[in-house]
Amino acid sequence: MSADTFHRAPARHSGALADPAHRLRYRLVLIALIAAALLLTVLLLCWDNPYAPFSERWLRISRMRISGIVVIAVVTFCQAFATVAFQTATNNRIITPSIMGFESLYVLIQTAIVFFFGAAAGVTGLDPFARFLLQSALMVVFAVLLYSWLLSGRFGNLHVMLLIGIILGTGMGALSTFLQQMLEPNEFDVLAARLFGSITNANTDFLWFVIPVCAVAGGAIWVLSRRLNLLSLGREISTNLGLNHKRQVMLMLTLVAVLMAMSTSLFGPMTFLGFLVATLAYVIADTYDHRLLLPMAWLLGYVALGMAYFLLKHVFTLVSAVTIIVELIGGLVFLLVILRKGRL
Amino acid sequence: MIRIHDLIRRYSSDAEIGPVSIDLPAGGIVALIGPNGAGKSTLLTMMGRLLTPDGGTVEIDGLDVHRAPSKQVARIVSILRQENHFVTRLTVRQLVGFGRYPYSGGRLTQLDEDKISEAIDFLGLADLEQRFIDELSGGQRQRAYVAMVLAQDTEFVLLDEPLNNLDMKHAVQMMKHLRRAAEELGRTIVIVLHDINFAGHYADRICAMKGGAVVEFGTPAEIMTDEVLTRVFDTPVRVAEGPSGPLAVYY
Repeated sequence: MSADTFHRAPARHSGALADPAHRLRYRLVLIALIAAALLLTVLLLCWDNPYAPFSERWLRISRMRISGIVVIAVVTFCQAFATVAFQTATNNRIITPSIMGFESLYVLIQTAIVFFFGAAAGVTGLDPFARFLLQSALMVVFAVLLYSWLLSGRFGNLHVMLLIGIILGTGMGALSTFLQQMLEPNEFDVLAARLFGSITNANTDFLWFVIPVCAVAGGAIWVLSRRLNLLSLGREISTNLGLNHKRQVMLMLTLVAVLMAMSTSLFGPMTFLGFLVATLAYVIADTYDHRLLLPMAWLLGYVALGMAYFLLKHVFTLVSAVTIIVELIGGLVFLLVILRKGRL
Repeated sequence: MIRIHDLIRRYSSDAEIGPVSIDLPAGGIVALIGPNGAGKSTLLTMMGRLLTPDGGTVEIDGLDVHRAPSKQVARIVSILRQENHFVTRLTVRQLVGFGRYPYSGGRLTQLDEDKISEAIDFLGLADLEQRFIDELSGGQRQRAYVAMVLAQDTEFVLLDEPLNNLDMKHAVQMMKHLRRAAEELGRTIVIVLHDINFAGHYADRICAMKGGAVVEFGTPAEIMTDEVLTRVFDTPVRVAEGPSGPLAVYY
């Protein structure tokens, strides 16, 4: 184009992180988080474990703890990837799949299945794994239908969508409660045990299935992260740059729904964990590049949930309060962000 | 060449755009003018495939923009709307870098980096390239967006009211940049303008719309007359000879 291009210093490059200060901060935080995650893992395995590491008895005790650690890793992976991908696809940083009621939908589907088919396996010919598959598949289908309609741009602004999402979430929650009231007590017991997961009481029966599914869905988000970068510029600019915006948003919503289904099936609903880790990741990384945002969000989630678990299990012995504490902190951050921005 | 054939968009029974049929030749600046609600922006966004028409076709260089693969279209035509708002913080260089996406798929090569630098220099943003978009003034920000669509390296560039919210100095500066892009880089620029005098001075052709239809198409000399402008804008307009060409006076 212009002749002076050739006389310019060659060191003009575009990077995902704006300047050396950003690069340094990202690296330091990433290293600190990896160190904290490793330390937490070791602590969770070894604390109060009186036997020599890797001896037979040590392994016996650790086995139960390993399942807790795996649950934390999987749930935070799902929540972090799903929330970041969802917020990018919908071009906002306030609403998350959880806030929009993805999990209420799952609870409703699970309740409805128990209500209509009964809880006992065998009677209806539904073995637990088939039931789990059915629930997850239904949730993914309904979530994609519901949210692609809701996010189609018909409602345009975020306020309306947030309002509808919250009403939908509350409505589905109320419907679930209503159905639960009419269940037989023993059926309700079975349902309650499935719905209200926690780290020590997670539904780990299908972990062998959940982990690969999460890996595939999360891996797809990772592979598509350059398209996510483009999606974050909004419908018009990303269309201009050659992206089939609608198809990409649908694809992302499907992946998000899969991850949320897996997370909820393991652990039950977590409203603000995803919001917490995504918001912190945006602030720390301060970049558009999802290859940098996604691992940061996951590590933050792992450290936050792992630390809460460790403290409440071994220090305060209040293990049932883990999710409550994390939700409390996440909820407070949510309020703070909205109050500080003064708008949605 | 942009070939628009029977293009139509219905909003309700009494509000519709089109059917519009017109051929816009390649080269130079084409200004879309007309009163509010005439359908200028709607026509432009349909040309840039951001809005799906209810009927008709837009062919650019023989490519049907609504049916051809989006990635292919993105290499011959770029479009910029007036409102651009997104959630991530980007530096000028990162934003302009996104303009290379149709070629790079997000992985910038040395050629992409050179094109990005060229586009940034072309709009005089070299000193600002590491600044964040949200730290810029309105005029600088608008130039950064235009740099992005220039980096996209398309023969056709569609701009929806790029002078909106710009003061006199920045509006003139922007038009001079666009003039240079048309002349030095050989781009065809279609631009929605509100100020008829900007169109008269900087455009090579003017396309006047009214009530959802194209009512006039011609050179500035043909359009800048009392009779045509009064009819198009539905208000008395007199064209006087100014120091640098005809001036429409409407107040």
